[in-house]
Amino acid sequence: MLTAVYASTFYLAAAVLAGGLAFRTWEYATTPAPLKIPTTPAPTTRTGVAFRLSREVVLFESLFKANKWIWLFGWIFHAALLVVLMRHLRYFTQPVWDWVTLIQPFGVYAGFAMVAGLAGLWARRILVPRIRYISAPSDHLMLALLIGIAVSGLMMKYVAPTDIVAVKSFFLGLMVFHWQPLPADPVLLVHLGLVAALMIVFPFSKLLHAPGLFFSPTRNQVDNPRERRHLANWARALEAGRQ
Amino acid sequence: MDRVKEAQEIEDDLPDPLEIPDLVPGCMAASKPYGAAPEFQKPLGFPGGLVENWQEKAIEKMAELRGKYRSFRVFLDSCVKCGACTDKCHYFLGTGDPKNMPVARQDLLRQVYRRHFTLAGKYLPWLVGARDLTEEVLDDWYSYFHQCSQCRRCSVFCPYGIDTAEISMAGREIMDSIGKGQKYSNEIIGKVLTIGNNLGLPKKALKATLEDLEEEVLEETGVPVRFPLDEKGAEILLVAPSADYFAEPHIAGLIGYAKVFHQAGVTWTISSHATEAANFGMFIGSYENMREISLRVRHAALDLGVKRIVFGECGHAWRAAYSFLNTLAGPFDFLDQRYPIPQHICEFTYDLIAAGKLTFDKSKNDHIRLTFHDSCNIARGSRLGNKPGGQFDIPRAILRATCNHFHDMPADTIKESTVCCGGGGGLLTDELIEIREKGAQPRMRALQHVAAEHGVTHMAAMCAICKAQFSKVLPMYGFDREAIVSVHQMVSNAIVLERTDGGAVGERDEE
Repeated sequence: MLTAVYASTFYLAAAVLAGGLAFRTWEYATTPAPLKIPTTPAPTTRTGVAFRLSREVVLFESLFKANKWIWLFGWIFHAALLVVLMRHLRYFTQPVWDWVTLIQPFGVYAGFAMVAGLAGLWARRILVPRIRYISAPSDHLMLALLIGIAVSGLMMKYVAPTDIVAVKSFFLGLMVFHWQPLPADPVLLVHLGLVAALMIVFPFSKLLHAPGLFFSPTRNQVDNPRERRHLANWARALEAGRQ
Repeated sequence: MDRVKEAQEIEDDLPDPLEIPDLVPGCMAASKPYGAAPEFQKPLGFPGGLVENWQEKAIEKMAELRGKYRSFRVFLDSCVKCGACTDKCHYFLGTGDPKNMPVARQDLLRQVYRRHFTLAGKYLPWLVGARDLTEEVLDDWYSYFHQCSQCRRCSVFCPYGIDTAEISMAGREIMDSIGKGQKYSNEIIGKVLTIGNNLGLPKKALKATLEDLEEEVLEETGVPVRFPLDEKGAEILLVAPSADYFAEPHIAGLIGYAKVFHQAGVTWTISSHATEAANFGMFIGSYENMREISLRVRHAALDLGVKRIVFGECGHAWRAAYSFLNTLAGPFDFLDQRYPIPQHICEFTYDLIAAGKLTFDKSKNDHIRLTFHDSCNIARGSRLGNKPGGQFDIPRAILRATCNHFHDMPADTIKESTVCCGGGGGLLTDELIEIREKGAQPRMRALQHVAAEHGVTHMAAMCAICKAQFSKVLPMYGFDREAIVSVHQMVSNAIVLERTDGGAVGERDEE
């Protein structure tokens, strides 16, 4: 029963996440940007734009210019999350890929770093009046969700270990539609439940900032309006019969 | 030595130009521009007054914009409320009203967008801060979307590049579409579409002004510098902001352009059909109106048979020209492709300086200790020259070539971080003087710093709105209203003119 509930939840969550993100990406990609609006100074070539976006994705360049504290907490959280996610690949691969084995020792530190980064962001959200002002309940809830995931994960490492071999066979089984029993440890169930919730809310929430960045016209446009005429289809229609 | 130390102490005592104020909720809620009467709304294709089913119509318009502008959709979806932008708006820094924080300004629109276009907002509005479009919300839109000068400073610092200018433009477009327009911008657009310029200056008056200028320059320099109007077959069409024809310090800039053209030995003309570089269609987010205004430039260029288009000193006008003209009124295959289309007067002058074709007597500007205000739309919405950042280097190179004393303001208030003059984006109207004064505070404080440290007396700008705004607010911060000068005013002061026979003007007395 428990296995069935979690198995179906994860199928649903994976479908919502993949389908939802694909749909959003399609929406963003097919909505025209009728005017050239890169925030200048901007790169004058596509390669330059690729570098600009890479710096935003990897280093959070604009955020660094804006506020060193938000940058610090935000960057630590995202970098740690990346390491944690990569480490978790070991539960979905058999045999485990070499490079995943290699980063295994860093995974735990990353878990703590993730909590620290999130705690810093949450503290600012509560303590800085400007940020408190712009926060909706969902902004707090999102932080709670992420911290819940990180803390429950760390608890399985330090407080209430679960049968990790069984968990891995549950997920390996899930991927080939051959269900294996999921251990009934409360911490594990909380951890997995929160992860599924995060996957489901992703395409409907501000987590869309992840695909959004790549489609942001102020960041992804080449600064060449005088050299190349930029015209959206709906704007082209206005030109009929023009001198 | 003591003087230097003293100046340093005075400077240390000055407030930080970007000092973050305490929150004062609602303190600017009452600041709103006059509404546009039906006579100003209808020629632009907008309803005369608030339509009966305005809520429904506004949501329809939002749906339309969501399909037509990727920026609208991506910017409203992507914000994570990180707070990076909260201390970046000059209107927030000057007022402390939290709705002047860029993210909070966007949220005025985002809360309604979420209510109607997102799952969470439809079913759990309290969770994500979603709200219906009530009268109260509409009032907030009208107040606070007219407290944004669309300067894009916030977009520099946003990790996703969210540009509040795009949101305030969308907000104004939605309001226009339901009949809640702003008098100042819409009246001006009407004048451009009927008369040809923002000021409603008719051809006759313009002709008289230009003739007066020819006489004045001849008297002053002994050189017949021309100010041609509607001359077919001229090489260059000059499109300047109409303020250049009637107000100080703008006119001094116009004289500077004419002297540079004279020295370059090119023929040029102003067009009475397109007497306006400004494009207020941008301020109200109306692609159609912006396009109509841009097409006037195309038609003027075709009618006069020019080979090049050069724009005068104006900030958002240059953004509209540099970034949008090719889109809105191109392709310009009938112009000389060896030159940028359009070209900025500063690019034109800079190229001549670089080629060694202009001579300056810098001592003519020795009474001026200068700094430079980067106009927001040029700094963050366009470029000058071939390289990114040319918009910062080229005007400074021109100023350094024309005067001996130049000092930049604090680094976090110039170039891409420049703080707006406080009057841009359709706010340059008397009833908004309070927000204009407060919005100018960061720039004025930055100016106080260089005044204390380097004895700076004047500030140059290359934007008609900046010049008009500073003329008004400089005295409110203890400066002379004439402390604002045009970039080409500095050029005009220092340029050594050649007479038509080839001798320099300085030799005149020795003849």
